[in-house]
This record gives sequence, C-alpha cells and structure tokens, in this order.
Amino acid sequence: MMELNRCSATKLAALLERGEVSSKDIACSLIQRIADVEPQVRAFITFNKESLLAQAEESDCRRREGRTLSPWDGIPIALKDNISTRGLKTTCGSKMLANYTPPYDATVVERIKQAGLLVMGKTNMDEFAMGSSTENSAFFLTGNPHDYSKVPGGSSGGSAAAVGAREVPWSLGSDTGGSIRQPASFCGVVGLKPTYGLVSRYGLVAFASSLDQIGPIAGNVQDTAALLQIIAGHDQKDSTSVPQNTPQFTTSVRGERDKLIVGIPQEYFGAGLNLEVKEAVLSAVRRLEQQGAIIKEVTLPSTDYAIETYYLIATSEASSNLARYDGVRYGLRVEGSDALSMFKKTRSQGFGPEVKRRIILGTYALSAGYYDAYYKKAQQVRTLIRNEMQSALAEVDVLITPTTPTTAFGFGEKKDPMEMYLSDIYTVNINLAGVPGISVPCGTDSKGLPIGLQIVGNHFGEQTILDVAYTLECLAQGGKVDE
Amino acid sequence: MNKYEVVIGLEIHAELRTRTKIFCGCSTEFGGEPNSHCCPVCLGLPGVLPVLNQKAVEFAIMAGLALNCEIAEYSKFDRKNYFYPDLTKAYQVSQFDLPICGRGQVGFDLDGTKYVAGITRVHLEEEAGKSVHSGDNILGSDYSSLDYNRAGIPLIEIVTEPDLRSPAEAKAFLEQLKLTLQYIAVSDCKMQEGSLRCDANVSLRPLHQEELGTKVEIKNLNSFRALERALEYEVARQTEYLDQSKVIVQETRAWDDVRGVTVSMRSKEESHDYRYFPEPDLVPLQVDPNWVGSLASGLPELPLAKKERLQKQFGLSDYEAGFLVSSLEDSQFFEKTVAIYPNPKVVCNWVMGEYTRLRNTTEEEEQLGHLTPEMLAELLSMVEKGAVSGTLAKDVLTEMYLHGKTASAIVEAKGLSQISDLSTLTELVERVLQEHPALVDRFRSGEEKLLGFFVGQIMKETRGKANPGLVNTLLQEKLH
Repeated sequence: MMELNRCSATKLAALLERGEVSSKDIACSLIQRIADVEPQVRAFITFNKESLLAQAEESDCRRREGRTLSPWDGIPIALKDNISTRGLKTTCGSKMLANYTPPYDATVVERIKQAGLLVMGKTNMDEFAMGSSTENSAFFLTGNPHDYSKVPGGSSGGSAAAVGAREVPWSLGSDTGGSIRQPASFCGVVGLKPTYGLVSRYGLVAFASSLDQIGPIAGNVQDTAALLQIIAGHDQKDSTSVPQNTPQFTTSVRGERDKLIVGIPQEYFGAGLNLEVKEAVLSAVRRLEQQGAIIKEVTLPSTDYAIETYYLIATSEASSNLARYDGVRYGLRVEGSDALSMFKKTRSQGFGPEVKRRIILGTYALSAGYYDAYYKKAQQVRTLIRNEMQSALAEVDVLITPTTPTTAFGFGEKKDPMEMYLSDIYTVNINLAGVPGISVPCGTDSKGLPIGLQIVGNHFGEQTILDVAYTLECLAQGGKVDE
Repeated sequence: MNKYEVVIGLEIHAELRTRTKIFCGCSTEFGGEPNSHCCPVCLGLPGVLPVLNQKAVEFAIMAGLALNCEIAEYSKFDRKNYFYPDLTKAYQVSQFDLPICGRGQVGFDLDGTKYVAGITRVHLEEEAGKSVHSGDNILGSDYSSLDYNRAGIPLIEIVTEPDLRSPAEAKAFLEQLKLTLQYIAVSDCKMQEGSLRCDANVSLRPLHQEELGTKVEIKNLNSFRALERALEYEVARQTEYLDQSKVIVQETRAWDDVRGVTVSMRSKEESHDYRYFPEPDLVPLQVDPNWVGSLASGLPELPLAKKERLQKQFGLSDYEAGFLVSSLEDSQFFEKTVAIYPNPKVVCNWVMGEYTRLRNTTEEEEQLGHLTPEMLAELLSMVEKGAVSGTLAKDVLTEMYLHGKTASAIVEAKGLSQISDLSTLTELVERVLQEHPALVDRFRSGEEKLLGFFVGQIMKETRGKANPGLVNTLLQEKLH
C-alpha cells in the first residue's frame, strides 16, 4: 500500500475519484503518520482521531451515493489555531483562549467544509500570530520536520510543520508579516500569502487588520493553487474583501515561461543574507534565465524602513484588536476586586511576554502626542513602500527574493526580540504593500535545512506568481511535477 | 443685571431607529430578554468583522439635512479605544476627524422670540451594552450584570456650537431638536428609554469678553427638566465662584437629581486618551450626491415650517400652532380632521382640549388608534347640527376614544340625541315653570340668575339632552 500521507492532495483527489482509495484509507494513513512523528513534531494543538475517521466515513458515504461536494471531498486539512472553527477549540496559541470554543465558523472554514474537506486538527502557532518561530506559543514548541532541534518558523509553524512532516497534505495559515511564507521556507513546503482582500478575514482572529491574510500551505504548487481556489473570493461579512471574481488558478498552473521578466531587488541580496541561501536563490533565477526569462536588477530603497514601518502599524492595530480580551465575556478570567482589577490580572496572566511587548509598543505609538510621529508617519511611509513596489512591478512580471535571510535557526537562538524581528526583513514589505507573495522550496543548505525562494507579484497577480512557482518547481525536480 | 454671559453647548446622542444594528443583523428592538439580540459580531468575539448598515447612514444623512448641515461626500470611521465591561471590543467604532455631517443650524422659538443655534457636526457611532449593578449604585455592589442587546445599535452624536445663552434656551433648543428628529422618523428620542441622551457644557464669561470661560461638562441628565435644573444650578455655582474670584476647575460633573446639585466626577488630568486611529475593518464612506439629493427632497415638512404654515393656512395663533406641532401625531390628526370638517378653530379646540386630555390620561398608546380623524369630524358636525349637545359630546368622545365606536352609533345606542323638537321642549319648559311658581315670581321681580336653575332642571329632566340654546330661548319667552 503506497504511503497515502506522502501523496499530494491533487494525487489523492485522483485516487478517490478512480475509487482506488477511500477517504478512510487516507485518514488511516495520516493517523499512522501522526502517531509516528507527532511526538517530535508537535504540530497540533487539537487533533481528534475519532472525528477524522467519522468525517472520512461521511465523505465515503457521499461518494458512494454520488453526492460528492467537490473533487476534494474526503481530503483532510489542518487549520492554524487562530481560524475560528465552530465547536472546536480555537486557542490562538494563548492561555487567554486556552478553553475558548467559537460558536461560529470562519468563512474560509465554511468554504472548505462546503467542498467536503475534512477539518482534522488545529495547529500550533506563535501566540496571537506574534512571532517568527512558534516559540511564543503558550503551550509547547513545534519542531522542524527536517531537524527537530530547529524551529519550524512562525507564526504558522504548526501548519507548515504538519505539511512538511507529511502529517497532512495541506493546511491553512495566516500571514501578517511573513507568517505563512517564512515557516513554509523553513519547512521546505509551499506557502502563499494572497493579495490583501482576496481571502475573507471573517473568523480569523485579528492581529493587524490591515495586514492579515489567510493563505494555503501545501507540498506543491498545484495543491497550493487548488486550496487558494477553494477559499478565495468576495465575502459579504468582510468589508475589506474585494468584490472581484476569483480567476481559476488551478487551470492556469502551466509550465511555459519565456519572455518572463524577473526583477531582482538589490536590497534583498545585501548584508545579512546567508551565502548558501543567496546562492540557491540566484541559481534558481539563472535556471529561469536559461528558459528564456529576462532578469532585471531593480531597487526598492524604502526597504530600509520596512521593519520599523511594519512594527509600528502592526503593533498599533494589534493593541486595539487584543483589547477585547478582558475576562468579561469569554476566555480566561482572573477575578479582581473590581472590573479594572479583573482586566489587569486577566491580561497579565493571559498574555505571554511577546504579546505584551507588542501591545505596549502599539499603545505607545497611538497615544496622544505620539500618534503623528509614529503611527501616522508609518502609514505615510507605507504608502511610499506600496507605490515603490507597484512601480517596480510595472516594469517586471514578478520580483524574486529569498524568503528569509537564513535557514531554520535553533530553539532559543534568537533571544533578542529585535533580532527576531529582523528575520522578517524580506517578507514584511509584501504585507505592507498588500501584494501577493509565495514561497517555494529551492534546495537545502549544507545542514540539509530547506531554503525558500519568494516570488512577489502585483495586486491580484496570484496567477502569475503561481505560474512562476510551478515553473521553478518543475525545473528543480528535473521536470517532475508531483509524486 | 447679569454680570456674566452664560455660554452653553450641548452634546446629544440619539439612537437611530433602524431595524437592525449598525454592523450586524441583530434586532434593535427595545426590551427583550438580556443578551437575546446578540451575535458574534456585536459581542466582539475573536475574528468578527463589522459590515455597515446602509439605513443607519441614510438616517444620519437625513438628520444632518434636517439640521441644515453640510453632508460630507467622503467620511470615515475611527476606533475610540477604552476599557469598560459594556464595550465588547474595548473600542467603539465612531467618526473622529471626518464626520458624515459638518456645520449646520437649528432655529427654535422661546417665549415668542426666534433663536438660531449652530451645529458643529453630526457623526455616526455605535452604542455600548448596558450594565446593571446588583446594588443601587456601582459602588458597593457585589457584582454587575451586562446586557449586550443594546451594543451595536446605531447612534448619531450631534454637537452644537456654544451658541445657547440660558438654561431655558438650551431646553427649548433640545425640544426643537427632538421634535425634528421625530418628524423625520430617524429616532424615537425617548429620554426615559435612553434613545435620546444629552450632556451639556457650560461656562461663564464677563459681559463683552470674547474669550470663553472655563468649561464644565455636565452628565447624567435624564430629562428635559433635569437639563434645565442642572444648568440653572451650574450657572449659579459658577457665578458664585466668579464673584468670589475662585477658580473654576475644568471638569466633568454629574447631575444628582435627588439632591439637586452637580457633583465632580473627574478632572481634566484623568481624562481619557482614546488613541483614535482609522478603523481598518471598514472602508471609507463615500456617498453619492444624487442619493443625498433624493433624501433631501424626500424629507417631510419640518416642525418650524409646519408651525408657520398652520398659522397662515388655518388662522391659528402662534400658541395654538406651537401646541399642535409639538406632537407629530397631533398635527397630522388636526389636519386630517380639518380636511373633512373644515372648521380649523373648532377642530383645534377639541384637539388641544378633550383629545389631549384623553391621550394624557390613558396609559396605552395603542388606544390612539381607536379615534380617527373621520370619527372626530363626524362628532363635530353632529354638534354643529345640534344632533348632540356640546356637553354630552365630551362623554361621547371619551367613549369613541376608548372603544372605537362612531359618534352616531354611541348617540343612538345610548339615546343621547339632543332634543331639539320645539313642541317637546315647550311642554317641558311650561311644566318646569308650573312646578316652581314662587321662583318664577322671583325671576320676574329681577333675580335673573334663577334662569340657570330652570335650565338646570330641564337638563336634569332630559339627562342633558335638551338643546341648551333652544331651552334658553323658550325660557326667555315664557318668563317674560
């Protein structure tokens, strides 16, 4: 029996359709895999074997009765634990919501359920999506599947690790400053952050409202495109979701790529970039060139301000988004002598140090006398960053950069918060500009750790970046697409 | 002679009577089991997002138009951040620097004089929930309960220019504002139910000084009367301070209605930093000028305009027109009745008199529906024709009001028809006079007042149905 857990979602869909496997077979394979590796990976906060098997049975029944909901009916998926799932704990990796069970599904969850996918678990993450290593989870550490002593990246560490460890073919993560792309890069899988507004945020526990997006993580580009297809599109419940028709991504994933113009921003290849990572990315770019692509050097000077701009805007919005956790209506409550005392105790005990750090920073940036100098100024710089990105993307089809300056680092290695923040240097501008970005595996370093390559497109350029990603994937595997 | 000029500005919050809340589909109905009109959005559960209710925007624009404000083609929402148990998201979505409505003005009358007060702005925001404390007061309560039915109901906040110069002016202005909002049906404006709230800012300055004095904010005003009393108290308090050269502290004071005083709540040092920033979950609000234009032309006649028209069209006095206009229902009732029975003075008297008395003494507002303009018109024309006496007509009206029967039906059923038949009345008059010969003699000797006694006797005999005019005439004939 082939190892079903090693198959892509696309392959599984074909097998299901041909009747060669059942959803239950797939579920059993994943259950076995999880039993084998999960003690070291620890990707899941919530995983219920019985529930998965029951859902698989239901899917098989639908298939027998000719009532399949979509070609993906019966394929399990894991969800980052900041995505609301009705009746299933949604903790955001925090003590504050350790026992919070939402009474509603996020829109993306409704859509995946409508397609018949099986929600098989909720994955570990940095608390409230704040972090780049999943070390900020209040519960436990997640290990990188390629080296358990290394971090999987963050904040969607669990979602990326689960896919990287072949515990599940695909998952959903969220990306505010790189939280899908960076862990995808560290775990050797594909991760895509859509254009801001393409995927509904209704049900995504907010970190930074103007930056957050939910996106797909999968073992290959085809699956990534298919999953994006399922979740993308206008949602009435999200006023910031775009009233635009979603192009049919899956059908557009194709190989030819001549006359592609690729931009290489010089600021992304300078000091601080690990040499092995640099070489792997540039070598992939050269392969594209050999296929007929034109490579242009571009400059994005405001990259210098990326981290500061991001951390001012994101923390300001976060300080407001996280204010609702006061112990009154749900989540952790620590009793006090009066309401104010209860607020203070609840929030002191419910939030971890990184969350507190960011709330304080954001509160400060918005406070009277400082708003103009910090928050407002950051938003103005953001406009410059966005304009610059758009101008560059007007001259080229895509930008290609490394996803991260290094490969996965070890637990406890980045003690200084600023050092941790700086590892987002190549990803945050993409969120600030609202453009789409995808990270694809691009080799490994001398320690066997995966290297990620980022492809950035203009607004609503998902089709283009998926095309280029697919091409690179084919080139890297010597023409093979999937197993 | 006053040494100081009183400067008053008001900050008014009115709940908009949209069917659903400002950012979700929950009902805005008043009352209801606690937390029964709630959903993830208005409860601010993790992950939810707001979607703006178009009707709320429509009502806010209508309010701005009725207050003669400029309507902003581009406005936006902002978050006002603070912690309180009744605020589910720990921020209120409001409008900070770009409100939906800009400068405007409101005209109002007071004791025959016309005034105009400026409006600074009108903006949209959301209501918070309601706290119920276990004791009488938040201090000393063991616990408090939160009802979020009210959370998310749309509000407009109306800020006036500091143009009001006396507590009486402030009260008159607020009454006119309330009436205006009720006329355009955007708010019920019931202070007792909390759908209309008012805070006041008051300062004093020496006459002819341009610079404003220190402003004191007054909160907890739960009625028009409270507004007036609180302002009067505060003016007196500040006058005394200034007379004694004491410094007036810029602060917020609460009106204590029981003790009749304002009490310090918090000083400027403790005032909140709300850390306003643009609401990232909502897109900026851009309104089509054509839509605004159609809303403007669709506005009903406003109270002041109606008052002037009633005087011109129906010859009513300023007082009469003012009385009718002060209730939209009354003025509409009046005009509909006059359309059928075109005697405005008579109709006006009945509406201001008996009809108002009935409305004030009955509890249920539903009973309004029992009396229609057609019914009143029928009664009045019966009185004019002499089919029922004016006195009995009042009882008939009460019956009509309470049970919805028509005048003719009641008169017939109770045999209240006015007796106007000359032979019947003549016989009656002669009989009564025969029964009291001594009094007749006394009348003929000059005690003219005894006429009333004879009239009364006949009324008693006929149980009020005798036509008083005819009775009088007949008596005069027979006695002389």
